[in-house]
Amino acid sequence: MTLLEIKNLSKIYHGKNGAKVQALSDVSLDIAAGEVVGVVGESGCGKSTLGRSLLRLIEPSGGQVLFEGQDIVPLKKSALKPMRRDLQIIFQDPFGSLNPRHKVGKVIGEPLEVHGIGTKQQRQEKVRELLDLVGLPQNAIDRHPHEFSGGQRQRIAIARALALDPKLIVADEAVSALDVSIQSQIINLIAKLQKQLNISILFISHDLSVIRHVSDRIAIMYLGRIVEMGETEEVMQNPQHPYTQSLLSAIPRVGEKRARTVLAGEVPDPANPPSGCAFHTRCPKVMDVCKQTRPELKAQTQGAVACHLFPQ
Amino acid sequence: MTQSPLLTIDDLWIDVGSRPVIEGVSLSIKPGEMLGLVGESGCGKSVTALSIMRLLAEPPMHIRQGAIHYDGQDILAMSNLELEQLRGNQIAMIFQEPMTSLNPVFTIGDQIAEVVLLHKTSDRAKAARRAVELLDRVGIPAPEKAAQKFPHEMSGGQRQRAMIAIALACDPQLLIADEPTTALDVTVQAQILELIEDLRGEMGMAVLLITHDLGVVSQYCGRVAVMYGGRVVEEAPADELFTNPRHRYTEALLRTIPAANPPGVELPAIPGTVPPPGARPNGCAFHPRCSFCLDICTEEMPELTGDDHHRLRCWNAA
Repeated sequence: MTLLEIKNLSKIYHGKNGAKVQALSDVSLDIAAGEVVGVVGESGCGKSTLGRSLLRLIEPSGGQVLFEGQDIVPLKKSALKPMRRDLQIIFQDPFGSLNPRHKVGKVIGEPLEVHGIGTKQQRQEKVRELLDLVGLPQNAIDRHPHEFSGGQRQRIAIARALALDPKLIVADEAVSALDVSIQSQIINLIAKLQKQLNISILFISHDLSVIRHVSDRIAIMYLGRIVEMGETEEVMQNPQHPYTQSLLSAIPRVGEKRARTVLAGEVPDPANPPSGCAFHTRCPKVMDVCKQTRPELKAQTQGAVACHLFPQ
Repeated sequence: MTQSPLLTIDDLWIDVGSRPVIEGVSLSIKPGEMLGLVGESGCGKSVTALSIMRLLAEPPMHIRQGAIHYDGQDILAMSNLELEQLRGNQIAMIFQEPMTSLNPVFTIGDQIAEVVLLHKTSDRAKAARRAVELLDRVGIPAPEKAAQKFPHEMSGGQRQRAMIAIALACDPQLLIADEPTTALDVTVQAQILELIEDLRGEMGMAVLLITHDLGVVSQYCGRVAVMYGGRVVEEAPADELFTNPRHRYTEALLRTIPAANPPGVELPAIPGTVPPPGARPNGCAFHPRCSFCLDICTEEMPELTGDDHHRLRCWNAA
């Protein structure tokens, strides 16, 4: 059952002197109930803009976000508030996303307060349950965020995101700032809670090995568009789009030697995107048509790919 | 085939105020080799690197004991003038975030030429030409034009290339690269690592590569030193370390990374957190998180054991 359906979502930022940056172009994606969809790409690919515009933390410039069939893009703030109970987010930086003046009990319990749920005592009870759920000690309730390490702070952020029993969580680089030995603890926690509570997750990361580990399906983004999408293992073992192939080969892996294909150049400026396929300036398999015409994301025998090498 | 080391660090102890951050680090780098220094935050890898260049903020940092020798010279006994000769000329360093290490109000060309003028020549035109040559060497397209650019006009990858050009200006024998690709995208990271590796081969320069990324180390370094809690806990040739880790921390770290596990399974996580300097436990700093902890591990710091090929500090090694 489809929980969330993103249709042709786009976001244009307006800069100085009429400059326009198309951060998100025509992105369509759906997430089933209880499904984890990974979104991966390099800086400027629009993955964070996607996560935030579907929650309307950033106002989309066009397109639809259907949550349980209802489009939330045109909703007024007041009508949006009850929807926010079901849609939560965890950010990358557990240092920047927790109010340093509030005690952890207040940080975790605030969503309940904002939505007027339960009595003060019931909220306290819920906070205690949440602390248990994310593996924090009960005495955390009266301590401040700065008394906790990065990994524990991310646990606090997860507890807060779970406070309202959401149906979907956007995890935006939720484990990227953590040390290797802590990262796996938090990945395990998110995976465990996702199964236990049957939550859908849009898992955004630049780290393909993390995405691979947690996601049922993945979408690869480049310069504001999805270039490939499919079942995680299919894409990882048999990447179709030349960009996906380059991205996979660029990841340094333990036990492998160098001398893979190294992609030349860098991600182009989104304010001045290349014509045709945005990847053509770096693509090892570039053809004339790629410079002229932008390929559409089309279903293929495996997943969907936006590339002229495949039937359009 | 024993070659005398270019740099040796011997039983180095560094405090911040009264808290020890480095607790007896010994390391050596041979000419032309790439040594990886890996560890998690707070393990002391960056402080170790800064101490080689004598760039520690003293106070609050303070070298309590130990020795650092470069090519036979005692770095800790050097005067400021001697250090100036050493830095840039012999040893150069690049950092994670090139934007904060470059001066925003000078062009890239001027910043490279400045180093050349300081160490090599007093001819401004020559220095400017050398700057363009260096930009070309680090793979920046249209180097004459790039020399006229300010740092903010370049991308992250280009800025890191420019930093490398500055570091190379005086043909150093040792390049210290502290998380040089951590802020970069993975496709650009691959380019920068390839560049460093090419330059090492071509110029015979030794590289100390500091990173938290085990994959990077595995692919580029000949030898690896793993740090935990202010000490080098294991050191071995990269192939050996990654196929046959002996310290329980290294072993656990390699097992816990997602890439080493089938998708979806629970990762063999390391419990607890990295102890910050000042709160490190007695004995082996890893013992509270170790599943192979013995009584002695909680009391006594393990001695350095093994041979020159593979050294480690672990009471209950694999």
